[in-house]
Amino acid sequence: MTYQFDFGWLIGSLPVLLKGIRITVQLILIGAVFGVALGIACAWVRALGPKWLKPVVATYVELIRNTPFLIQLFFIFFGLPSLGIRMSELTAANLAMIVNLGAYSCEIIRAGIQATPRGQFEAGASLAMTPFQTFWHVVLVPALQRIWPALSSQIVIVMLGSAVVSQIAAEDLTFAANFIQSRNFRAFETYIVSTLIYLALAILLRQLLAGLGWMLFPRKASR
Amino acid sequence: MTEFSFWDILRNLLLAARWTVVLSLVSFIGGGIVGAALLFLRIGARRGMRVLSRGYIQLFQGTPLLMQLFLAFFGLGLFGIDVPAWLAACIALILWTAAFLAEIWRGCVESIAKGQWEASASLGMGYLQQMRYVILPQALKVAVPPTVGFSVQVVKGTALTSIIGFVELSKAGSIVTNATFQPFTVYGLVALIYFALCWPLSKSSQLLERKLNVAHRNH
Repeated sequence: MTYQFDFGWLIGSLPVLLKGIRITVQLILIGAVFGVALGIACAWVRALGPKWLKPVVATYVELIRNTPFLIQLFFIFFGLPSLGIRMSELTAANLAMIVNLGAYSCEIIRAGIQATPRGQFEAGASLAMTPFQTFWHVVLVPALQRIWPALSSQIVIVMLGSAVVSQIAAEDLTFAANFIQSRNFRAFETYIVSTLIYLALAILLRQLLAGLGWMLFPRKASR
Repeated sequence: MTEFSFWDILRNLLLAARWTVVLSLVSFIGGGIVGAALLFLRIGARRGMRVLSRGYIQLFQGTPLLMQLFLAFFGLGLFGIDVPAWLAACIALILWTAAFLAEIWRGCVESIAKGQWEASASLGMGYLQQMRYVILPQALKVAVPPTVGFSVQVVKGTALTSIIGFVELSKAGSIVTNATFQPFTVYGLVALIYFALCWPLSKSSQLLERKLNVAHRNH
């Protein structure tokens, strides 16, 4: 192999890379918060919600879990405008990530709710709590604690999947990498650098979520 | 300008879906073979190999598949090979699938009670014999549902190969959209075709899991 590696472009491209990192981080933060919130709402519907809403949520979850994120993104960004719903590429990217994570986290959180002992619901009822109050005050937090590792992994997976949003010209880290390599013609080096940045982000995000779990669920809570 | 009927769109998409199926099969089978090799290294006796395979798995699970595709596409080019998109797609998907399958299967092997290892060792079996006659037959049963479940991820993963220019279902969707200006219909259909491919796999994974659990309880 006679190829000479060259990373000299790195310094000049730093601002572009940093902006890309900022957008990726911003996307996953918004996506994680609203996606998990949507997941909790859907999990409530599937476990305890009104009967007529259950098939709707089940269909949503199955549809999202069995189609590629790329197609969901294209459908939202290119398909929805024919119905008169237009949005910027960043909004579309955010929306796609929320919708995607919502479906996956719904299934994960539902598993946590289903693992709740029956007695907890009965205890709530005997204290004259409504089913929703029981869910909110009694069931939800231990359920989240139970599935926190799985939920964290899913959030990391969605973050890595967000590399795709560059395809609708949302200016995330991959978009930055594409932009840089189109200038310096050093495709391999550019993608190696951005891959390593993604790896660092994934490790960081995992640590962050582990720390958050540690803060949200004090040790004393029983499993 | 030619008009495209609904049938024209659907036919073109279905023709392209063949390549999604072929690519999925190639990556799943190739990934299974590489993954099995990784698994043996990951739980084997050689410490250096364990660390190496663990690093490999973490690297591939911690980076986007899209980046791996780009690296395969542009990286192979460094060796002076003119890389067609399908080759880069196959290589990246096989390596990616292998990392995930190895980790799934490791969980299955580790779920086998330690006593089984000890019992087979006390019969004078070597590592490969233990695996072949005692551990794998049991682990295989546990491994089927999550493996089938992961095949869904592989099918969905093939969508990304459209970005490096491999013409499969997603790429065909973009091409047909550009020709027909009907993104809503086309991407809707593309999503439905993916759904038709993935949903049976998801469902059978769930069914297998339930069936296996019942078998487990009767032990």
